[in-house]
Amino acid sequence: MMTVIDIKNAPKKAIRDTYGEVLVELGKMDPDMVVLDADLSESTRTHKFHLAYPERFFNAGIAEQNMIGIAAGFAYTGRTVYASSFAIFLSGRAWEIIRQQIAYNKLNVKLVASHGGVSVGQDGASHQMNEDISLMRSLPNMNVIVPADSVEMEKVLKKVHYIKEPFYIRMGREKFPVIMPSDYEFEVGKGYTLKEGSDVSIIACGVMVSIALQTAYELEEEGISVEVINMASIKPIDKELIIQTANKTGAVVTSEEHSVIGGLGSAVAEVLSEEGCNAVLVRHGVEDRFALSGPAWEVMEELGLSVEGLKSKVKYALEKKCQK
Amino acid sequence: MTDFENLKQIAKQLRREIVTMVYNAQSGHPGGSLSAIDILTVLYFGGILRYDPKNPDWEDRDRFILSKGHASPALYSVLAYAGYFPKEELLTYRKTKGYAPDGYSRLQGHPAWQHNKHGAPGVEASTGSLGQGLSVAIGQALSLKLWGKDSRVYVMLGDGEIQEGMIWEAAMFAGHHKIDNLCAILDNNNLQIDGDVREIINIHPLKEKFEAFRWNVIEIDGHDYKQIYDAFIRAKNTKGKPTIIIAHTVKGKGVSFMENNFKWHGVAPNKEDYEKAIAELMA
Repeated sequence: MMTVIDIKNAPKKAIRDTYGEVLVELGKMDPDMVVLDADLSESTRTHKFHLAYPERFFNAGIAEQNMIGIAAGFAYTGRTVYASSFAIFLSGRAWEIIRQQIAYNKLNVKLVASHGGVSVGQDGASHQMNEDISLMRSLPNMNVIVPADSVEMEKVLKKVHYIKEPFYIRMGREKFPVIMPSDYEFEVGKGYTLKEGSDVSIIACGVMVSIALQTAYELEEEGISVEVINMASIKPIDKELIIQTANKTGAVVTSEEHSVIGGLGSAVAEVLSEEGCNAVLVRHGVEDRFALSGPAWEVMEELGLSVEGLKSKVKYALEKKCQK
Repeated sequence: MTDFENLKQIAKQLRREIVTMVYNAQSGHPGGSLSAIDILTVLYFGGILRYDPKNPDWEDRDRFILSKGHASPALYSVLAYAGYFPKEELLTYRKTKGYAPDGYSRLQGHPAWQHNKHGAPGVEASTGSLGQGLSVAIGQALSLKLWGKDSRVYVMLGDGEIQEGMIWEAAMFAGHHKIDNLCAILDNNNLQIDGDVREIINIHPLKEKFEAFRWNVIEIDGHDYKQIYDAFIRAKNTKGKPTIIIAHTVKGKGVSFMENNFKWHGVAPNKEDYEKAIAELMA
């Protein structure tokens, strides 16, 4: 029996705060590491590294394309490079340079994006990024990681720092409940079962993992047994675990703070269909639309990225499963 | 004393290689390769660039990045003559099969980094999508400085290429940070695929633009070996600023019917034209 996590009372921490702290730790151990930002260093928290190691921090100004080109230049000479901005500008504005330089040459650059998804809230559609997982996942050589909380973020950074490959790591803006156990070990390409269940599986990433857990506990009271998997590693993805849970419950709901097109939902769909799994799949995420301004959690609510929204998707999946 | 007459002979051979590579592949960009080759000849064979073809990863080497990656025949022929790989390999340019560990060609249409699985030794960055090489060169130059190396980074841009906005982000950054181990060369051959650069989108005046971005600007005739050589020496001696050498060149230089004709930007010669070109380059 797995431990029940008290989500409502769980401590909350913004993943980007952890990013800033761990960068400083890594910078102390690795004198060859450099960090770049594009005029958002306070928001992304790279300013903590700037304060600690000013000679190894470079601010490109509001010029993301140039920042990525420079990041590649550093990596070509053998350095470990971190480059950060908001997800929209990092993965969107600079996509083609990421492709030509970082992905094509498998460079040791960690692209760490903050403000992914709609939880950037009041800045509105122009700053909300719901297509980045899709954009990054399609690049050869690129690893894509979406940590669920600050515990996981720390584990992710301390693992991938030593893997000399490109990574896209996506963080939300808001404080997320801390749900991952402190003895958890992150592995690239491995998912993690947070709660076991037998009727339906939720495979989630990022902030939706804690929402999925809450959903599962509430559905439990209605007599529905829900399995919850944290799929932080979206590329490479844990095929084995997906197939295993799909075969076990016969119904899978993916949940992400990202478009239902091209992200985690699509990645899971690819596995299920190619492996000939006979499970129902329902994707929960941002529908094919632009979002809007408003306080972060209100926007999430409006889009159905909430316990209620996820519940209805789970029930829909169960209905479909019964019709089979 | 640099032997400019010898450099001229080398450049003539390289021109023949360029035309042969493009003819052999029936694909590629002869015009912009021929305009750039005199500059590359001085850089690699005139004692400017510090490199060791037997040790392409030598950490104290200078770097050269061909940002206008479509001039890859110029770069590949130079690297072969410098001893990075056998000259026979030039015939694998733009071919599927070649000498990469997996049996495919290392001489991709546009250059791939030497540690890319389809890259050739001596290639310091993957290029081809225009506008990116200057930023990459900045990253390398900063990194080398940070390690206390006295290595220099050279990057060649095309005149059409600097219509890309990213070039000006990079130019602003390099000027701001006074990156003086960086030397850009602008192959100003006046033509781009669709025609005359001045008619498509006028990039001039150049000197004033780069000076406004806090660069040291040197203007030369890009086919005059002494002027090219002197410009590199002046760039090396310039402290506190990046340098750009604006080299006025002729697209297709050395093959009379290709000269100043944008039609030869990205077209391979047929047998008759090829033979005519080689005859001119043998003279």
